[in-house]
Amino acid sequence: MSDLDKKQSAPESAAVSEPTALVPGTAEETFLSVRDLKIHFDTDDGLVKSVDGVSFDVRRGKTLGIVGESGSGKSVTSLGIMGLHQKAKVSGEVWLDGENLVTADPDHVRRLRGRKMAMIFQDPLSALHPYYTVGAQITEAYRVHHPVGKKEAKARAVEMLDRVGIPEPAKRFSSYPHEFSGGMRQRAMIAMSLVNNPELLIADEPTTALDVTVQAQILDLIRDLQKEFGSAVIMITHDLGVVAEMADDLLVMYGGRCVERGSAEKVFYEPQHPYTWGLLGSMPRIDREETDRLIPVKGSPPSLINVPDGCAFNPRCPYADVPKDNLTRTVRPELREVGSGHFSACHMSQEERTRIWTEEIAPKL
Amino acid sequence: MSLLELRDVKVHFPVRAGIVTNRTVGHVYAVDGVSLSVEAGRTYGLVGESGCGKTTLGRAVLRLVDVTAGEVVLDGTDLATLPAEEMRRFRRRLQMVFQDPLGSLNPRQNIESILAEGMTAHGIGTSNEDRHRRILAILDKVGLPANALSRYPHEFSGGQRQRIGIARALVLEPDVLICDEPVSALDVSIQAQVVNLLEELQDSMGLTYVVIAHDLAVVRHISDVVGVMYLGSLVEEAPSDVLYAAPRHPYTRALMSAVPIPDPDVEDSRERILLTGDLPSPANPPAGCRFHTRCPWKRETRCATERPEMRELADGHRVACHFAEEIAQESPGEITDGNRENLAKSPRA
Repeated sequence: MSDLDKKQSAPESAAVSEPTALVPGTAEETFLSVRDLKIHFDTDDGLVKSVDGVSFDVRRGKTLGIVGESGSGKSVTSLGIMGLHQKAKVSGEVWLDGENLVTADPDHVRRLRGRKMAMIFQDPLSALHPYYTVGAQITEAYRVHHPVGKKEAKARAVEMLDRVGIPEPAKRFSSYPHEFSGGMRQRAMIAMSLVNNPELLIADEPTTALDVTVQAQILDLIRDLQKEFGSAVIMITHDLGVVAEMADDLLVMYGGRCVERGSAEKVFYEPQHPYTWGLLGSMPRIDREETDRLIPVKGSPPSLINVPDGCAFNPRCPYADVPKDNLTRTVRPELREVGSGHFSACHMSQEERTRIWTEEIAPKL
Repeated sequence: MSLLELRDVKVHFPVRAGIVTNRTVGHVYAVDGVSLSVEAGRTYGLVGESGCGKTTLGRAVLRLVDVTAGEVVLDGTDLATLPAEEMRRFRRRLQMVFQDPLGSLNPRQNIESILAEGMTAHGIGTSNEDRHRRILAILDKVGLPANALSRYPHEFSGGQRQRIGIARALVLEPDVLICDEPVSALDVSIQAQVVNLLEELQDSMGLTYVVIAHDLAVVRHISDVVGVMYLGSLVEEAPSDVLYAAPRHPYTRALMSAVPIPDPDVEDSRERILLTGDLPSPANPPAGCRFHTRCPWKRETRCATERPEMRELADGHRVACHFAEEIAQESPGEITDGNRENLAKSPRA
């Protein structure tokens, strides 16, 4: 950890935001620290800045929710942490349990992948190999990291299948992915991700392809397993309902940047960024009798090749003209602390934002 | 009077086997006896999980799949038995908006040609100029610029493509619009734009909607009446607010309790009715009540042997469950602001 502390006091990290000991005195529980992560892709059309300076922490046993629309860079961030971008220019720091993965030897990162950090993907049918049985794939994942025999590995795989709630695990061990239903496939993939007891689990839209009743089962399962193993979880989703249920902390991404970050309570009840307001206003809620129109965000998400100057959200922001001197269109807003562990990147003053939220937005939700 | 009425509609797909004989070895009971009626100028929401038959039902209304039995009555005419040529003419009055706007727009046709094609086929408009005028008027209504006409589908964003899909349906001046998952492919902020657009169009043009979706929050927002489907049949139907305030069928209640609410405090205090297992195969549906294999409130024998009919509990609130009243008394389970704490735990969970 001393290594990490030294790095964090470096001037460029300090400019982004202070290391977030979200609750004072618990910083040592921080398992993953991402500092000023940039992931750029060189394409024929220009440089795509998929992730452009994102910082956050994930604590052991806690869940960080990352929300944003398609193209906001949330999946790219997670793949960047896992070191799965081969053609991207990755810069910044990713500290996993005291090691910086960005500068680490790729072979070393490969050994960590699957054991110390694992991922659940959105679409299990394309993430599982159609040619091998589910059991064979889980066994392989285990034997890559553990020098055990086939028998032992199989016993472990069956145990995991059982653990994630697949009926008759010994029999289902020899089934192929296409023989499973959508929910079962997602369970099998979770079993594969967790077979090595990873300490960091990244779930990228794990329930988007599933029906709500199955989604409820899977979320429950992830929560149970997290409690059991005490892993840190990153939950990537576009569904604010899912993060409300799962997340302790929240990161809102827009155009490759973090626009708001804080505890789930703060972000839901005292949001300090117009984009977060937009998301909350766009979601119809099942528990409301409200028959008024939804409040959509006008326009559409920016292209990551031509991210607007200044605040990336300014062309869609209803309050873009509130700050003086055309500030929103010329200067990129920094993340500023607006409350304990609560950050927002907006040029409006905190008083203005608090007034707009309490007087104009919150009453209409 | 209701504009569109479905009476005991069934859509069964034969399952064939054998290379030489090609025998029918069974049927997939995709839609198995659905009756409902849609009032003119209102929105009927059809919800259910994947595989429940909601899309097949929507397609059956348009006769895009053949109706095995039952009647589909539009304005007094039974479409299910209409000869093909007459059906083709009727189809102008029933239009569909599809889920995947890119997949349902021809990539090699520009927008004007996409919109004009249907008009020519149905003989709408007296001349090309007249059609052009009409198209421009509709484009304006769905919020697209006039210069969109010479562009191609790939040049538009997802939300705009869905607007094109809606415009294509509207140029034919339909009475009923069947929207199959109209917003599920879109981002949250864009979803709200399209939902609002659909509502505005309904207000200004007096359209009737059948909205098919799996997102209960969207359906609640947009619908006047909601029908819940499970394994090929309706299990509950009620005015939107009634259904969400007091769901009576065990499946509806499980479904509602599974929808996450974007509010951490509410989420913490909510009890969830977890269903076990997966949807049974529609090729081999369970006997008796179709839901009894997963129902937390299942009672001995009757649920497994006797298929419950839809019966009216209160005005406009129909439910297909033998024990709806008893279950409601045992555990009120209403998801409203007032009694969220009281929501009973599932006996099994």
